[in-house]
Amino acid sequence: MTTTLILEQILNGLQSGIMLFLMAAGLTLIFGVMGLINLAHGSLYMVGAFCAAAAAAATGSFALGLVAALAGASAAGALIELVVIRRLYDRDHLDQVLATFALILVFSEGTRWVFGSFPLYLDVPDALSGPVTLPGGIEYPLYRLTLILAGLAVAAGLFWLIARTRIGVQIRAGENDREMIAALGVDIDRLYTFIFALGAALAGLAGALVGAIQSVQVGMGEPVLILAFVTIVIGGIGSIKGALVGALLVGLTDTLGSVFLPELFKLFMAPAAATQTGASLSSMAIYILMAVVLVWRPTGLFGARA
Amino acid sequence: MSLKTLTMGGLLCAALALPAAAEVKVGMITTLSGGGASLGIDTRDGFMLAIEQSGRTDIEVVIEDDQRKPDVAVQLADKMIQSEKVDLLTGIVWSNLAMAVVPSATAQGKFYLSTNAAPAQLAGRGCNARYFSVSYQNDNLHEGAGAYATQAGFKNTFILAPNYPAGQDSLTGFKRFYEGDLAGEVYTKLGQTDYAAEIAQIRASGADSVFFFLPGGMGISFLKQYADSGVDLPLVGPAFSFDQGILQAVGDAALGVKNSSTWSKDLDNAANAAFVEAFQAKYDRLPSIYAAQGYDTANLMLSALDKADISDEAGFGAALKAAEFDSVRGEFSFAANNHPIQNVYVREVIKEGDIYTNKIVATAMEDRANAYVDDCKM
Repeated sequence: MTTTLILEQILNGLQSGIMLFLMAAGLTLIFGVMGLINLAHGSLYMVGAFCAAAAAAATGSFALGLVAALAGASAAGALIELVVIRRLYDRDHLDQVLATFALILVFSEGTRWVFGSFPLYLDVPDALSGPVTLPGGIEYPLYRLTLILAGLAVAAGLFWLIARTRIGVQIRAGENDREMIAALGVDIDRLYTFIFALGAALAGLAGALVGAIQSVQVGMGEPVLILAFVTIVIGGIGSIKGALVGALLVGLTDTLGSVFLPELFKLFMAPAAATQTGASLSSMAIYILMAVVLVWRPTGLFGARA
Repeated sequence: MSLKTLTMGGLLCAALALPAAAEVKVGMITTLSGGGASLGIDTRDGFMLAIEQSGRTDIEVVIEDDQRKPDVAVQLADKMIQSEKVDLLTGIVWSNLAMAVVPSATAQGKFYLSTNAAPAQLAGRGCNARYFSVSYQNDNLHEGAGAYATQAGFKNTFILAPNYPAGQDSLTGFKRFYEGDLAGEVYTKLGQTDYAAEIAQIRASGADSVFFFLPGGMGISFLKQYADSGVDLPLVGPAFSFDQGILQAVGDAALGVKNSSTWSKDLDNAANAAFVEAFQAKYDRLPSIYAAQGYDTANLMLSALDKADISDEAGFGAALKAAEFDSVRGEFSFAANNHPIQNVYVREVIKEGDIYTNKIVATAMEDRANAYVDDCKM
C-alpha cells in the first residue's frame, strides 16, 4: 500500500462525494424549504443524463449536452412541481412518498418509451479524456479532476446564492417560517417552483457529468438517491452545509472502506475470505457511519430540527 | 415502436380472450421493464422468431414481465401453472429468480427450459429431469475466460466481480482453468457504478492482465472508466459485458477487448447465418447472445414437440435430451445433468462501419460440459 495509492483513493473519494453533493443539495433544499420528501429526485438525475446523451449524440458537443441536461431536468422539475408536487405540501409524508414513488415509475417507463430499453452512449469529451500526472507522480484521469473542480465551483455558487442574494434570503426565510414569508408578500408558489427547478437542475447536472463515465440507463438514479438520502440524514436535513460535509464523508467512507477494509482483514484472515468479508463490511460502512452520527447527534451534523 | 408494442399487446389480449385452441401452452417469464429489460426483450424476440418461423399455430406463448423481482416471478409462475395451465415454462434471465421459480415449477410436474440463468445449485444436487438449461452452465463462460488467459500466457491476472453468488461463482470458474498467479482478487458492490478505487488498485498491483465479470450497466461503467484511466493492461471477461445491446453504449472503450462466449453472430454455420439475417430483418437490430439462446430454446422445444406429445412426460423429456435441432451454436448436445456440451469461444470487440460488435478469434474450450455432472443424481 503506497502513499500514491492512498492519495489517489482520497481523490476518488472526494470526486464521488462532490457529485453526491449535487444530488443531496437539491434534496435537502426541497425538504428544508417545502418539507417535502421527493423520492423522484433520482429520476431527475436520470432525465439529465438522458438529455445530455441525446443532445451530445445529435450535436457532437458535450457542452451542449450539459446545457440540455440543465434545461431538461429543470423543465421536468418545474413541470412535476406544478402538476403533482404542489398538491402534496399540505399532505403527510406518507402521501408524498407514495406520489413521488409513482413518479419514479412514470419517469422510468416514460424514458424507456422515448429512448428504448438499451443504454445510451455518452462519453467524456476528447479535450478531457485520458490521465494527467499530478505532483507526487499520481496518474489521475483528467475528467475526474474536472468533476471535482466543477462540483466545488457549483457548491461555491450555491452558497453564494443562498447567503448573498435576495432569492437566498427568501429561501432561508422559507426554511424558518413559511407562513410568515407568505404573509410578508413573497410569492410562495413561484419560490417553490424555482427551488424545485433548481434542485432538479443540480440533479440533472450530476446525472450528465457522471453519465459520461458511467452507464446512461433507465433506473440509474435510484442507487444514487439512496446515497443522497444517507448524505442528508448525516449532514442534517435541510442544511446545505450539512449536505456538503455529509457528501464528502459518505464519498470518502465508501471509497476508502472498499479499498482498505479487505486489506485490513487480510492481516488476520485468509486472503479469499478477507476479500469477501471486507467487501461485505465496506458496503455497510456508510450505514454504520450514519448510525454513529445519529447516536451522537440525532438531528445530523448540522441539522436544526428534531 | 411504441405503437407496434401497443398493437401487439392488444392482439395478445385478444388472443388470450379467445377460447383456447392451442395444443401446447408455453409460459414465458422474463424481464421486460426496469434496468435489465434489454436482456428479456432479446430473449423474448429470439424465442418468438423461432415460433413464428415454425409456422405452428397450435402453440400459445403467454409472456409476462417479472420486473427482475424474485417475488413477482414466483407469483407469475404460480398464476401460469395454476390458472393458465401452461405445459412448459421458460425465459428467466437472472439466477436468483430462477432459483425462486424452477424448483417449485419442476416439482409441480412442469418442464422448465432455461434461456439463460443456470446456477450451480440446479446443475448439481438440485438437478431435475424436467429442467433443461439450453444456454450453458453459469460457470462456463468464466471457465472459458480462464482457459483463454492461460493460453494467452497471462501470468499475473487481477480478477474482480460483484459480491453476490454469481460473482463468487464467476471467480471460482475463472480460477478453475487459469494456471497463473493472481495479482489481486476484489469483490465489488452489486450495482456499483464507480470503479475508480478498483482501477487504482489494478494500477498499483503490478498485474499483467485483468479479468472482470460485471454484467449490464456495471460493465459499461467499468469499461469507460478503465479506458479513461490510462491503465492499458489487456482485459478479459465473459460475454455479458460485451453483448450487442450494451456495446453501443460503451463505444471505443471496448474495442479490442477479448471476451468468452458460446455464441457469436459470425459463428460459421447455416442455422446461425439464417438466424442473424431473419432477426435483423424482423427487428431491425443485431441479435445478442440472449436472443440466440431464446431462439435455440424455442427450436429445441419445437424439435421435441415434433417427436412426442408434451403430456407424455418421459417421451417428451427424452426428445428434449436428444437435442435434435439445428443450434445456432453449431454442435450441441446435453450432458447427463441436462446442461449443454458445447464450445466456448474467444471473441474480440471490433467496429463494423458504425456498429460495435464481436468476432471470433479463438476457441477457448472444446465440447465443454460442466463441473457439476457428477453431483447430479437423476
